[in-house]
Amino acid sequence: MTALMERLNSRALELGVPLNAHLDVTYRCNERCTHCYLDHDDHGEMTLAEIKDLLDQLADAGVLFLTFSGGEVLMRMDFFDILKYARRLQFCVKIKTNGFMIREKEANRIRDLGVQEVRISIYSHRAEIHDAITKLPGSLKRSMAAIRLLRSRGVTVAIGNVLMVQNLNDYAGVKRLANELGVPVITDPTITPKMDGDRSLLQLGIRGSQLREVFRDTELVGNVDEFCALPGAVDDSAMDNIACSAGHTYCYISPYGDVYPCVQFPLPCGNVRKDKFLDIWRNSTQLNEVRSIRARDLPTCSTCAHVGTCTRCPGLAFMEGSMRGPSSLDCDKSFARTGIPSANMIAKAVLSSSQDRASNSTRPVSFSSLVQIMIRT
Amino acid sequence: MRACYIAKSPMAASRELGGEMIIMSAVDSTLFTLNDVASLIWKSADGATSLQEIVESKVCAEFDVDPSVAFADAERLVGELAKRGLLLVADHPVEQSLHAERNS
Repeated sequence: MTALMERLNSRALELGVPLNAHLDVTYRCNERCTHCYLDHDDHGEMTLAEIKDLLDQLADAGVLFLTFSGGEVLMRMDFFDILKYARRLQFCVKIKTNGFMIREKEANRIRDLGVQEVRISIYSHRAEIHDAITKLPGSLKRSMAAIRLLRSRGVTVAIGNVLMVQNLNDYAGVKRLANELGVPVITDPTITPKMDGDRSLLQLGIRGSQLREVFRDTELVGNVDEFCALPGAVDDSAMDNIACSAGHTYCYISPYGDVYPCVQFPLPCGNVRKDKFLDIWRNSTQLNEVRSIRARDLPTCSTCAHVGTCTRCPGLAFMEGSMRGPSSLDCDKSFARTGIPSANMIAKAVLSSSQDRASNSTRPVSFSSLVQIMIRT
Repeated sequence: MRACYIAKSPMAASRELGGEMIIMSAVDSTLFTLNDVASLIWKSADGATSLQEIVESKVCAEFDVDPSVAFADAERLVGELAKRGLLLVADHPVEQSLHAERNS
């Protein structure tokens, strides 16, 4: 992040301005990705008029960076009306799409409307893997064609590459493909539960030794020593840190007008069909609760060795039970990076050991030996 | 004096944050901020009002500045932003294709 961007984010935080917003215009999609957390049925999307009114409100509230996503944005026949209106209001727009429906006409319109970036999901350089994940035959070919069409028109494109069990061996191939196309790749091993709380998707995520291996690939993480460094001492000021921008300078709005702190934080904070966006942003009890939380307020994580460096997602923690609790997926990441178990992992191991002792009368295991065992696995 | 009309380019995004104008370029993803006077000129860049009129009726009305000095500074700013693809400049009114048409 540039120094200027950091300064603007700090200013937005100080003023309570939502500088960034993410609006899913639809949950409908032409793909059925194995890891997708959404219900693709239409339960009453906002109309074009409602979205235009919302965009007016977001502009007035101070949103500059606006991401349109879904579902697949182009499933909406009026998507370009939405996009044009957003650009008229001077939003800096990013679009997340699978690119399947981007042909010459759509690529031209995206170029002409001054879109900042188009993010296209590519899961593998091999059609048999990519198309098996999207469950849409021919999708890799079409997504790649879209990237070429956009690039040839000077549009900034990035590849989004979600890493999971199915495509774990293919990220190097995706990287090569991206290099040929002259676009960056954003690789992310995060698989999230479904919006309804169903956690079965998590089994698709990479864990343990696989995650450890990924985190030691310079192609992905850059300086491995730095990325996997042991957590250092944490000074008291770090305990005043907030987890991320969710609810502070960023928010998410669903196709039905529901406002959430983040796309990955399904805590309903209000609905723009009932209340003005700015009233929700300023007065929502839920958003204000999210804003009130500092590292020192986290019962388990504040005692953790990783508290100063952890990528703890409060949304994933919320889905796991409490927005003040640990996010086990992030505990796994901290452990995979450093080999040091998190306070949450240790607590769970101790609990599990006590339960084993209670049920099996096995030999007691000391706290320190548990830590050793976990580091070695 | 040659007429000069300015309009925001379709490649620009902008928003005011705490009195400071932020501009983002879709051409090269560069981020800028403008000072008070430059922000006023940016906000007035509607394609229909000449730069001279913007300087006289807005800049000089709000800031204690000599009109000729203000105009020279404004021309320099406009030249810089045009060079970066953020402003469209013409000697006749410019149609601003992305000009905001609010619902309300």
